[in-house]
Amino acid sequence: MRAIALKRRESQAEAWHSHIAHELIGLGGVVERNVYLTRRYIWWDLAFFLWTVANTLTIVFIAKGIKATGGQIDVNRATTTLLIGAVVWAYLGIIFEFITETVAWERWEGTIEYTFMAPLSRAMHLGGSGLFAVLYGLVRAVLLFAVVAVFFSLSLGQANFAAALIVLAVASVSFFGIGMMTAVLPLISPEKGAQLGFVAQGLLLVVSGVYYPVSVLPAWMEWISKISPATYALRGIRHSILDGTGVTWVDVWPLLVIGTACIPLGLWIFSLGETYAKRHGKLKRSG
Amino acid sequence: MSNLEVVPLAVGRSTGAPAVEVSKLRKEFRRRDRKAGRFARRRVPALEDVTFTIARGECVAVLGQNGSGKSTLVRLLSTLLLADGGAAHVFGHDVFAEPKPVQRLIARVSVEASFFKKMSSAENLGYAARFYGMTARETRDRIPEILERVGFPSDRRGEPMEHLSRGMQQKVALARGLLTSPVLLLLDEPTTGLDPRSKLEVQDFIREVRRVHDATILLCTHDLAEAEALAERIGILDRGRLLALEPAADLKRRYRAATLEEAFFAATGRTFEDEADEDDDREVFA
Repeated sequence: MRAIALKRRESQAEAWHSHIAHELIGLGGVVERNVYLTRRYIWWDLAFFLWTVANTLTIVFIAKGIKATGGQIDVNRATTTLLIGAVVWAYLGIIFEFITETVAWERWEGTIEYTFMAPLSRAMHLGGSGLFAVLYGLVRAVLLFAVVAVFFSLSLGQANFAAALIVLAVASVSFFGIGMMTAVLPLISPEKGAQLGFVAQGLLLVVSGVYYPVSVLPAWMEWISKISPATYALRGIRHSILDGTGVTWVDVWPLLVIGTACIPLGLWIFSLGETYAKRHGKLKRSG
Repeated sequence: MSNLEVVPLAVGRSTGAPAVEVSKLRKEFRRRDRKAGRFARRRVPALEDVTFTIARGECVAVLGQNGSGKSTLVRLLSTLLLADGGAAHVFGHDVFAEPKPVQRLIARVSVEASFFKKMSSAENLGYAARFYGMTARETRDRIPEILERVGFPSDRRGEPMEHLSRGMQQKVALARGLLTSPVLLLLDEPTTGLDPRSKLEVQDFIREVRRVHDATILLCTHDLAEAEALAERIGILDRGRLLALEPAADLKRRYRAATLEEAFFAATGRTFEDEADEDDDREVFA
């Protein structure tokens, strides 16, 4: 009797290991695919990077502009503050773009039906896109920051870059969860859904103090800023780079709480969208 | 061991269960009805009370014009659509209640060989295989083997899909369908748009898959000759209703027709020439 129970437990454990292995291989497959596609479109990526640099410069020059028009500000600090906002904006854009494109790109290529009929959990499917987006986004964020910092000859001797990267990485969990919520949009509206991801990105950052302290916001927006992970990410990164502080618990714990809530919430919302798409026949290729 | 002799990923829940069991399956779509008002919607039936069974190892063809509901049927069995009524089981597994075991057992090849155009055939197949738990080590040998088997030239494996002809892409689509060792192949007009030679090659390949791999096949097509050449039983699907499902000879006898084409027209009461006019009023679900 005991031998039978032991054998059953072993068999269950083996099935569980096999299931986990399958899921991780699937996740790796999504990362692998994104590596291939990024390689194929590398020149386009370079062009978009140049556009991001130009866009960031237009924002960061504001600090010098204020000084030039008679404003009394610490240009180095203001420039760095704006640069951090622009880098986080660009980073969030990459995360949302990759996760939203999990659906939008596959629909455009026509592979979406093959992907959605494969025996892989949606968590791993989207997780693969999210993992690649975080890695790729971090590389782009570091490059963007470095290029603009050199351009303005910013003095960053006291900056704690390691702490800033850790805060950004922790915030990425929440960003990924919110990205899953926006990824559902192309399922609901094949034509306009992907663009709505940018709306979500803008709304998230406007309440999070992307180029200004949240204290300048109206009270109701300031209240919303408390549940935005970008608020804590921006604050933590600014503390680390401008003041050289390490990773502070006051910035990290809200990110952990929001991240813990965002991932299951994002998956749940995506599953609702998938069910809607399957009910109304919206998984078909378009474009 | 032949390249195609592979062990299925999973077996059916019950060894006695048929490969496909569909009962009173119903699907309808809501479409904008401009005549009734700006925001008005109307329900358009795509499948109406479709019932049939496919035995293990059998090849069944479903004939129907564009918009008859063939692709809707395949999409329902592929877990890509949710039904509005009725039931569907694949090797004993409920398609809508337990999609994961069903997904392990099936593969679909459709009229559009959909791939990431910038990626090569080998990269696309590798991507598809990972979703079925196949590691890079497993696919390293398997992908070249299966591409060779479908007649895909080995020196073009690294070329982006966008450089390949439609026939070549369809061969890669067939390879993708077989890569994961499915026990049920859902073929949705797999030869539509192919040149005659590619068409024959694909049909030969389907025969070989059946012979060697012992797969069950549901072939949806509007190619009457292809259906007669490949399938043991032929179904006629018209406006979402399955009018008949019998061996070709029985169909001809039932409708007192000399050819399958005549039987089809006798069953549906329409000619192909009618199709274009009627499609203007009717939603196309193909």
